[in-house]
Amino acid sequence: MNFPILSSLILLPSIGALFLFFTKSNKENNITVKYVALFTSLVNFFLSIYLWILFDQTTSEFQFVEDRIWIDGLINYKVGIDGISILFIILTTFITPLCIISVNNSIKNRLSEFLIAVLIMESFMIGVFCSLDLVVFYLFFEAGLIPMFLIIGIWGGARRVYSAFKFFLYTLLGSVLMLVAIISIYWITGTTDFIQLYKFGIDEKYQNLLWLAFFSSFAVKTPMWPVHTWLPDAHVEAPTAGSVLLAAILLKMAGYGFIRFSLGLFPIASEIFTPLIYTLSVIAIIFTSFIALMQEDMKKLIAYSSVAHMGFVTLGIFTIQQQGIEGSIIQMISHGLVSAALFLCVGVIYDRMHSRLINSYGGIVSIIPKYSVLFMLFTLAALGLPGTSGFIGEFLILMGAFKDNFLVAVIASLGVIIGAAYMLWLYKRVVFGKLVNLELKEMADLNKSELFILICLAIPTLFFGFYPDPLIKTIEISISDLINVYNMNIINN
Amino acid sequence: MLNLEFIFPEIFLSLSIMFLLILGVFKKDSSKLIQNISSIVLLITAVITFNETIAIEEILLFNESIIIDYLSSFMKIITLLGAFLVLIISSNYLRSFKILKIEYPILILSSVLGMMIMISSNDLIVFYMGLELQSLALYVLATFNRDLLKSSEAGLKYFVLSALSSGLLLYGCSLIYGFTGSTNFNIIASQLNSNEYALTFGIVFILVGLAFKISAVPFHMWAPDVYEGSPTSVTLFFTIVPKIAALTVFIRFLYVPFLNLIDQWQIIIVFLSIASMLFGAIAAIGQTNLKRLVAYSSISHVGYALAGLATGSNQGIQSSVIYITIYIVMNLGLFSCLLMMKRNNEYYEDIEDLSGLSKNHPLLSLSLLVILFSLAGIPPLAGFFAKFYIFKSVIEQSMYFLAIVGLLSTVVAAFYYLRIIKTMYFDKEKEKFDTDHNIWLKFSLTASTLLILIYFIFPSQLIEAVSRINII
Repeated sequence: MNFPILSSLILLPSIGALFLFFTKSNKENNITVKYVALFTSLVNFFLSIYLWILFDQTTSEFQFVEDRIWIDGLINYKVGIDGISILFIILTTFITPLCIISVNNSIKNRLSEFLIAVLIMESFMIGVFCSLDLVVFYLFFEAGLIPMFLIIGIWGGARRVYSAFKFFLYTLLGSVLMLVAIISIYWITGTTDFIQLYKFGIDEKYQNLLWLAFFSSFAVKTPMWPVHTWLPDAHVEAPTAGSVLLAAILLKMAGYGFIRFSLGLFPIASEIFTPLIYTLSVIAIIFTSFIALMQEDMKKLIAYSSVAHMGFVTLGIFTIQQQGIEGSIIQMISHGLVSAALFLCVGVIYDRMHSRLINSYGGIVSIIPKYSVLFMLFTLAALGLPGTSGFIGEFLILMGAFKDNFLVAVIASLGVIIGAAYMLWLYKRVVFGKLVNLELKEMADLNKSELFILICLAIPTLFFGFYPDPLIKTIEISISDLINVYNMNIINN
Repeated sequence: MLNLEFIFPEIFLSLSIMFLLILGVFKKDSSKLIQNISSIVLLITAVITFNETIAIEEILLFNESIIIDYLSSFMKIITLLGAFLVLIISSNYLRSFKILKIEYPILILSSVLGMMIMISSNDLIVFYMGLELQSLALYVLATFNRDLLKSSEAGLKYFVLSALSSGLLLYGCSLIYGFTGSTNFNIIASQLNSNEYALTFGIVFILVGLAFKISAVPFHMWAPDVYEGSPTSVTLFFTIVPKIAALTVFIRFLYVPFLNLIDQWQIIIVFLSIASMLFGAIAAIGQTNLKRLVAYSSISHVGYALAGLATGSNQGIQSSVIYITIYIVMNLGLFSCLLMMKRNNEYYEDIEDLSGLSKNHPLLSLSLLVILFSLAGIPPLAGFFAKFYIFKSVIEQSMYFLAIVGLLSTVVAAFYYLRIIKTMYFDKEKEKFDTDHNIWLKFSLTASTLLILIYFIFPSQLIEAVSRINII
């Protein structure tokens, strides 16, 4: 491989953003600005699909590796992908163009700045998923805070300042400990390149503290109970496209981090701390589901449901079973699609009625039928109805959990029921029932771009629900290899 | 011969000062001219110093009281360049306050001369002489806007407190002289007897004096008032240039004569560092005046630079030098923004005044955004790397407590940087600022922003430049 395809993926959105920066933004050429951004992100999407085609599914080795000296004798710029990371890259490149299309309706001012922020965000996110060096990873991981802070703060709702600060400081606080851990790893082993680290392992006596340091960062980012409180605030105040990015991609960085670092680098510590993760995950699933049940604000409800879904993800990861981890990855992909779609659905009616409160809607099924159908589909996907991708993820996770710990699996399964309750109740209150407000009658159904976005999200949701094979094939070998290495480490100690 | 060619930069600078003084006295309305000549002089001196570094490994002059090595040359160059930039961007500001006088560049030149002597000193007396030369010039600079009450107050405060610290420092010097029989760093090192308590007293006194000059907590009280009261261009000078010299003396003083007593001074430096990082971060939260805020933020940055020194390793020193270099670039950018905040010849310096800047001046606010995120240490900007190197060398010495406190205080500090960003980007816009800025001001803002922004592409160069610094 001579063509640096991964670096191109990382750089392309930034170059697009640079273009936008030099395009003067005024009323007339808002369209131009949008097309430039859309074009960039679409090129990136097709590039990532091309990457998937080239990707060799029969090996767990890192592929498309690029290795350049970056800071002499200290850090190499090293990127590469394996089965675990490629799906997240495709998810990122898939969601970004949809976000860009969706700004039509929701972003009224400073459009070109918004698109710049989104594109730069895409660069950083792809960087997170394909970096093979801890420092490079940290760099991208943290850098994502800057555009997201601005997206929430500039284009957000009424309490945006509070939410933006909370988001930024929470995640920064979580991450600084990870930086200490990364530097310590460098000091202990002399490298931050994690292909090397996988090979040689990290001494047992350091693992617990290092694991905790990484955990502090990922737990905030996931977010796990009890450090999830930034998420509802951030989601509620962020503009629709921001919520979509946050839910679909940003939260996945932590799940990815758990698989890649916590399991990969610190197997012994992971084994020790599994009960902790189980406890927190189960609390997240049950507790936040109940909270979601009580929400008045649609976006908040979906935000809490995200926390519950991510609880399933962390649960699945730490079962250390083939099904569990596969399920977690599929759940993350599925949640990426479904929560993005749900936030967009909320955005659609918010743009028309300027209210996110559930009780200001009701009985809109006959007024906007297309919308109601698609919203139904994503509601069902979110509660994990068979035939949607949400089912595959939850099912595999619970299967893995039953193999590992019966009690936890039973409690988590109860969470599925509560999940169904709050999603269906939400749908019932918003779409069915009596018409509460005559103004709702004026509501227009989905316009072309909204329909297009939601259908784009619906297709993979259904497709992978019936036929998850392409996803599983891609991740299978990487995961079984990860588990083998993990078990070897446990046995050797 | 006395090897005068090695201190040619200093000689050139002092002759220029004398020449400019005479020129200023005899030629009427020559302030603009002298300002220009002074900047050129600084630049030429920097070039001469740079040329010398290539050949020299380490040279001791005048009974080993002056040392010319890579550390001193590097620090001199950044001092000179810093002073050069301060001079060229301050003329508009001074003119609008009608204080564009011939004394201003000459005082800056003489304090730079003092700093160069400090940086090169290998002897307590030479060091003290350099220190006083720079301080005396700085007192006058602080009061330069003499019609303004605040400025006079700043100068007076600075003078009184600084004189006190100089006294302490001198007392420490005399103790050390009394117990080792010499003022020369190398001889002190060889005569060292760690059982002498009085020697420890001497070290502590000198450290207190130096901590005062570098405004480390708990000897920082003067900084906010002086920074706020002085004319902005002088504040810029205060925040960057004297810190370089004081840091160099810190390095040389701790690592040449007293390296063997590291057990005794390390804890002091760690304390200074932690206190400065935390206090600087926390105290800045309540500030509304940008210059005061910068004062606290610079206190906290000094804490990070000291953390590198506390390690007792070459990597630590190098990381401190990298830190201070990047810090200078960031502060230059920040002050260029401050100097652009004027409306109808009136300068504004409250955070409030930045409100909605991003709508009126998108480029200016974008630069400020980059600079502030970099000061907060968010990757991929230069400020992150500065902190990264510091913490790397700190953790290499297993000083985890220092590293964790340091990183936690970056989170606290992030809050007040974010607050400025919030004001610029999230709040309602006010009236526009003037845009007729000096070309040099624009240049320094653009250059520093770009350097911060693209530093991550070429991080090796700076490391390579400081990797020749070998004190131990």
